[in-house]
Parts: sequence; structure tokens; C-alpha cells
Amino acid sequence: MQQTSLEFSQNAARAQADADLQSALAKLQRDTRLARPVITGRLPEFEDLRDRAVAIKNHTLANLDHYLETLEANVIDAGGHVHWCNDAGDARETILQICSDAGAKTVGKGKSMVSEEIALNDYLIANGLDVVETDLGEYILQLRHETPSHVVMPAIHLKKEQIADTFREHHTMLDPARPLDAPRDMTEEARTRLREKFLSADVGITGANMLIAETGSIVVVTNEGNGDLTQTLPRVHIVIAAIEKVVPRIDDALSILRILARSATGQEITCYTTFATGPKRPDDLDGPEEFHLILLDNGRTKLLEGDFRDVLRCIRCGACQSACPVYGAVGGHAYGGVYGGPIGAVLTPALDGIDKAWPLPEASSFCGNCEAVCPMRIPLPGLMRRWRDIAHAQKLNKPGARRGLALWAWAAQRPVLYRLGARIALRVLRLLGRRRGFLRRVPLEGDWTFARDLPAPEGGTFVDRWRKENPGTTPS
Amino acid sequence: MTGRPRVGLFATCLVDLYRPSVGFATASLLQKAGCDVDVPAAQVCCGQPAYNAGDRRNAAAIARQTIGLLENFDYVVAPSGSCAGMLRHHYPELLADDPEFAARARAVADRTWELVSFLTDVCRWSDIDARWPARVTYHDACSGLRELGIRDQPRQLLAKVDGLDLRELDAPDVCCGFGGTFCVKYPEVSGAMVDHKIDDIVATGAATVLSGDLGCLMNIAGRLSRRGESVEARHVAEVLAGTATGPAIGGGDTGKA
Amino acid sequence: MSARDDILGRIRSAIDRPAGTGAPPPPEYANRSLIPRRAQGGPAELTARFIEMATEAEISIGRVAESNAVGRSISDWLQTEGLPTRAVMSPDPGMDAYGWENAPGLEIRRGATDGSDAVSITPTVAGIAETGSIMVASGPGTPYTLNFLPETHIAIVHADRIVGGYEDAWARVRGNGETAAALPRTVTLITGPSRSSDIERTVTIGVHGPKRLRIVLVGEIESGDDGQKT
Repeated sequence: MQQTSLEFSQNAARAQADADLQSALAKLQRDTRLARPVITGRLPEFEDLRDRAVAIKNHTLANLDHYLETLEANVIDAGGHVHWCNDAGDARETILQICSDAGAKTVGKGKSMVSEEIALNDYLIANGLDVVETDLGEYILQLRHETPSHVVMPAIHLKKEQIADTFREHHTMLDPARPLDAPRDMTEEARTRLREKFLSADVGITGANMLIAETGSIVVVTNEGNGDLTQTLPRVHIVIAAIEKVVPRIDDALSILRILARSATGQEITCYTTFATGPKRPDDLDGPEEFHLILLDNGRTKLLEGDFRDVLRCIRCGACQSACPVYGAVGGHAYGGVYGGPIGAVLTPALDGIDKAWPLPEASSFCGNCEAVCPMRIPLPGLMRRWRDIAHAQKLNKPGARRGLALWAWAAQRPVLYRLGARIALRVLRLLGRRRGFLRRVPLEGDWTFARDLPAPEGGTFVDRWRKENPGTTPS
Repeated sequence: MTGRPRVGLFATCLVDLYRPSVGFATASLLQKAGCDVDVPAAQVCCGQPAYNAGDRRNAAAIARQTIGLLENFDYVVAPSGSCAGMLRHHYPELLADDPEFAARARAVADRTWELVSFLTDVCRWSDIDARWPARVTYHDACSGLRELGIRDQPRQLLAKVDGLDLRELDAPDVCCGFGGTFCVKYPEVSGAMVDHKIDDIVATGAATVLSGDLGCLMNIAGRLSRRGESVEARHVAEVLAGTATGPAIGGGDTGKA
Repeated sequence: MSARDDILGRIRSAIDRPAGTGAPPPPEYANRSLIPRRAQGGPAELTARFIEMATEAEISIGRVAESNAVGRSISDWLQTEGLPTRAVMSPDPGMDAYGWENAPGLEIRRGATDGSDAVSITPTVAGIAETGSIMVASGPGTPYTLNFLPETHIAIVHADRIVGGYEDAWARVRGNGETAAALPRTVTLITGPSRSSDIERTVTIGVHGPKRLRIVLVGEIESGDDGQKT
């Protein structure tokens, strides 16, 4: 996909003009808001489990080399292969090589955001493979040549009419007059189409929600069952996961599972939670013959070493996106990268460079709802502010804004001058407001009055008036 | 501590410039609650604009200046969750590596409170003597809510206002779109957020919307005016102090210079 | 330098853990478990919770007192639901003793499936009360595809193998210090028929996995009996 984070404002404007998108986002926000107290309220241990999950991940990250090596040894012990990849290019080539070695023609894919990061599908297709997304939402997006707009609900931005049109356009072997009004009709159709693909795929590629060091297992959670069919039916199972996905023990994974689904979709648990360890055992009647785990860095070690380490606790639940009022106004695509919303605002500068993504951490009111709902207690606003520090130091934001800020900051450190300037500004604004109360237009403040009136100041600063009425108070 | 506590009133830059009546209401409430109130004249701003713009150097300089101004009071009280939050949570972080100011920042942070929660949680005072026989609704400003846990306290005190009919918003805790410079950097997105908030406000049938942060209130009032709505906006301090006799926000000149 | 060396090298430098440091001491949290209250209780409480949570997850549940009533229960249910009375069943020998002779109308084939079977019958490792889940594990006698490909999946749960929480269920899979190779290839928690809400957040049942999940719960718990059954 093309990186367009620098065009966030333009993307956002288009998103705001899209009535279908706006109604989908309104529904997402409302459902999320109503469901949250119910779903977290049903598990009294929720807050303690969050703390435990934070401790698990922090401990793991502080000893990441050990746990990755342990994971690797156990995957190999179970009969699997482990491939370490520095970056997107390495990972793509490695996966293609595995497919070639297996003589593969068709690939089934379970949902994987990290595979979006490395733009895997297009690469495999360009190299002659038939690649089919099996998650219903991802399948729909693949037909539409779109990318996911939410990490857990990838097609949340689409209306059912759009999906029906897409199915009619692509499933040309079916009767054009068939009913496709209800989601159930479309789901049934996708089930039939994708069942053929599951059964004929040579290779199945999945992501992993977690990797378990003590057993060499991967954890994949789905509601549809596509993760299981993707990994079980083909001859070769490839798992692609970034290195921060590892946790030490099965018990650690279980603790995290208790907060994952409820944060992601408001469910107690997803329909399928699968712990898979290597290829089929010698006497198994089904299962893949080969198992390959791709351990990908792609910028994680850089995050590990700096101020952003906390973001590596992310379990890709998407709660921050569902809770964010900015995401709720513009949707995920406006962010212009693989990830949108608060997690996107922190990850995109790391993955694509702050020079390509500085508007994203800027585009936040710091309301803090993301941090409030994040099961892993990632301080997302604080991390966005850290990116703002870096962008400011590199002079990436708008020169006008920087100059205005510099002037203000200079004055703010000189209280007497500041107060003088304030008195003058107030006089001017009162004149402009003509005592009417609101100003419709204010020179140099066009961006405020673009959408709202400016309340006129009410005469004299508080400090000046207090001193007049209370002489003898603190002089300085 | 014997005698009345000495409170340094940190008015906040928006109150200072745009709505002094909130400062007076704050002082009045603090005095009724048994405090002696001083207003350090050299106060300017908590420094959030610089801090949130990534200009840590200037933010730290303003923080040091502010700390010097406020550290000799028993308490520091601000009629704003975001400014109180800045002093309580962010000053210590900002100055953590400053050998001279790290401890001073923590000391001021420990003594800094947002107004309403100071009255209820520190003074344990709720002798509200005010009357507002009308329907109001209440917007929970984000910093106050999420950084300082302020939610029940304003409702506790508003319940004591004679005749006041509080109708809750459908979504009182959703951001109004102010976010400091966010609303001028991303005006369309902010506009969409404030529109949702205003739809919610209008649906309650309230004549007045209250909140504890003037930034939110100016944002909401400005949009209400642009949309031609009749709902007014006031700071909760004015209603609690019984001093909400003047115009609402944007309601015109108070006549004082 | 391989990519493995590069990555481990960068990690070690970032976290300041030189090569050869060895395993870290157990972290503090590992000394305490955090098992939710809902995953605890005596057999009667857990059975009741299992049934309640599973029903909420849209799992259909039938109860029989004895193992030899299972076959008839399944056959009756399939007929009542208008479903085919032909099923593929896990070859595991433990599946022999469910009274299939009492269900002559039910045709059963043992083995894996290629998707052409409409109904499957499988055993389970455990029922898990905290979320109404069943745990299934792959193996020579329990092909994994039976849990996924057929439209209707019938799973047999024994009441004395209903446990409180996920950890208890896992304890039934692992002994002590097994190697990774000794684990089943897959251990899965199943909590309902397959579903999606990808289309306008409308929940649709029966996406890729089964459209129906039926549990036959074998065994009675006397009410008030809080003794542990083995």
C-alpha cells in the first residue's frame, strides 16, 4: 500500500465527506462505548489481569533474547523450522522460498497485520502464486483491493451494500439475481467459495497472537475458524510473527487471553483459541507436514532500545482504535499507513520514519481514552507526545505553528511582558467583538473560527482585576 | 496545620484572559470552604502548549517558573483539570532529571488540585449555597476525568444546588475536540467531534452545559453559537459559587475593564 | 552474521543482557496465580456455570446420565433437528463405549474428514466452566478436521471432566516436563459455533467452521455435592 500519512488532513477531509463511512464509524463508537462497562464488569479480576499482563510483557521484553531462543529450541524440538528475518524484504523472500521449495501454487492466508506490514500478498502474487485471504473481512478487502482499516475488524468501514456489490462483481459464476441483502447471504456465499480454497491450498500462512517460549507453540484466535483451516489442511504451515509476540509460558498466554477478546470485540473469548506446536505428529491423521515460524524484526529492536519500548506490549486488540474519537471521525485509512488510530500514531513513525508520519501523533486531542482502555496499559498519549518532541527537534511541523509557539513561549517566561501583551490583545479582541460576545472571524486565528465562534474576552485579566480588588496580595 | 490553609489560586491562562468571573467564583468557593486565597500575580500558564507541541525545553522553563511561584502555599488550586493535571502529573516527569527542581516539582505536584475535587476530597466541604432552577447537563473534561479521576465530585456538589435539574449526556466522557492546539491544527476533525458533543447536549434539553475546564467550554460555546443553538455554557464553579449572574460564555461584555 | 545473530545482537544491546547471561530468575508475578473467581468452585457450581456460559455462547447442550445413552441421545437430536443421521467420528477407542448399538438409525464412519461429512462426533479433553468452552486436542485418535469441516459438530463432555479454568484444562493435557514434541499438534478451546461480525458488525453464525456445536454432557452431579470426582 502507498504510505500517505503526510496527507492525513486531506485523507481526513475525504473521510468526513463519506456518509457511508461516517455511519459505520458512528455505529462502531456507540457499540464500543455501550459494551465496555458490561464486558469488563463481568470479570471482576480485569484490572488485576491488566497489571499481570503488563508484568508478563515487561519481563519478557527485558529478557527477550532468552525467550526467543527458548521458543526456537522448542519449535525445532517439535519438528518445525525457525527463520529469523531482519526486515520486510527478508521475510518476503524467505516465505517465497519456502513456497517454491514446497512446489506450491496456492496459498491460503489467515489474518495477519504483520503480513500487511511487509506487503506479502502482492509480492507472492507477483511471483506467480495464487493467494487467498480466508478471514471474511480480509477476503472482502482483497476483492476490493483495499487494506484493513482496523486491526481486528478489517472491513468495519464498509456497508453491506458495498460488500454485496463486490460479491456480485467477483463471484461471476453465481446467479446475478440471487439475494444478497442480508449479511447471512453473503457469509454463506463466502463460506462456500472459501471452502474450496481451504481444501486446495498448498501452503497456509497465519499470523500468531502469541508465541509461547516454554512449548514452542503459537496461539491463534479467530471467531471464524479460518485460522484453523488455514493451518491444518495445507501441506505447509507458515507462521509470520514479530519478535515481541513471545511470552514465556502457557499460563502467561492464558492470563493474556482473558483480556484479549474482551478488549478486541467485547466477547468473553473468541470461538476458537488454538495452541499449535509444530507440524503433524507421526500418527496424526491430519495436519501440515511442514511447520515454519518466521520471526520478524522490522523495527522492533529499535523500539526496544528507546523510549518507545512500552508499545511492544501491544497485543493488537484494536481497543484503542475503537475508543478513539479521532479514529471515530475519520476511520483507519486516513492515517495513511498499515495501522491507524492511536496505535498507528505511535507505530507508523517507527515503521515508516517520523519524517513520513509526523502528522499522526499530532492528530490527537490527548483525551486519553486509548490508554484508559488498552489492556496492556500502553501510555499511548505519552508516546505520541514523545514523537512530537522528536518532530519538533527535527523541525518537521509547520513553520507558522513553530514560530507562534516560540513567540508565545518567549513571552510566557517574561510575566510582565506577557501581561502587557495580554492586556493589549484583550483590548483588540473586545473591539473586534464589539461587545457582542462572539467573534465570527479573528485575524490569524482562522483555524479556530473555521468551525466555531470565538468567545470574546470579558474585560480585564483576572489577575489584574483581583489585584485591584485585593490590594496587598502576593506581589510577584 | 493550624488556621486556615493558604491556597495559591492558579487561575489558568484561559480564565485569566477570557473569563475572569471563573477566577472570582473559584476564590469565593475556596474562601467559603475555609481557605485563605492568594493569586500570585506573575502567573502566566502551566506550559501545556509548549509541552504538547514537543517543546520540552520551553515547557520545562515555564514549569520551573510556575513552581517557584506556587511552592510556598499549602495548596495550589486551579479551576481546570488539564492545568491541575499538568502540574500534578507532568511537571515531575518533565523535571525528573533536574537536580534542583525534581524534588520541588514533586512537592508542588503533591499539593496541586483541581477545584471541585479539592473542595470535596481535601476540604471535605459541600456547603453549596446556590440556586439554579433549570435543566443543565455536564461534560466531563478529559484530563480531569482520566488523569485526575474527577467524575463524581462535580455531580456531588451540583446535587446541592437548589432547583438544579442535571440531565446526563448520553456520552459525557467523550472528548469534545478541544485538545489545546489540536482544535486549531485539525479544525475539521475537531469540528466533527464538537458536533457530536453538541448533538448530545441539545438532546438533553438542557439550557446550560457545564464543565470544569474553560478550554472545553469555549470550544463548545463557540460551536453552539456557530450552529445558532440557544444552549449556554458556563464553568461549573460559577454555578456552585452562586455567582453565575453575568452573561454565559460568549454572552457579551461584563462591562468591567 | 546471520539474521539470527543480527537480531539477537540488537536485542541484547537494547536490553543490556550480554550473550550467555542465561535464564532470568522467575519473575515475581509467577509466584502468584491469578485465577478468576468464576473459574473456581465445587463440581455442582462449575457444571452449572459451564452450562450457563456455553448456552450463552450458542452451544446447544443435551444431558445424559450414563455413557451408553449417548448414542441414542445424538441420534434423537439429529432427527429432531432435521439433520442427516450420518456422522464421521474420531477413531479414538474411548469413543467405542457410548451405546451406539442403541442408535441403529445412526450411521457412523471413523476417521478424518475431507469436508464431505455433514456431522462429526468427537471427544473432548475437558469442559471449561469460566467461559463455557470445550478443550479438544489433535492426535492419532482425534483428527483435528472433525472439529472444523462438518457443519454440525457434536462433542462429548464428561461432567467429571468439567474444570473451572483454562489452567485446569491444560493440566489435563500436559504431565510434567514434557517436550514440545510430546504435546498434541493442536490444543484448542472451542466456544460456540463459528461466527463473524465482519459485515456491518452483524453477527452471522456458521462462517468457515461449524454452524452448530452440540455438547452431550454425560453424568449427573447430585445437587449439593461438592466432593471432588476423579
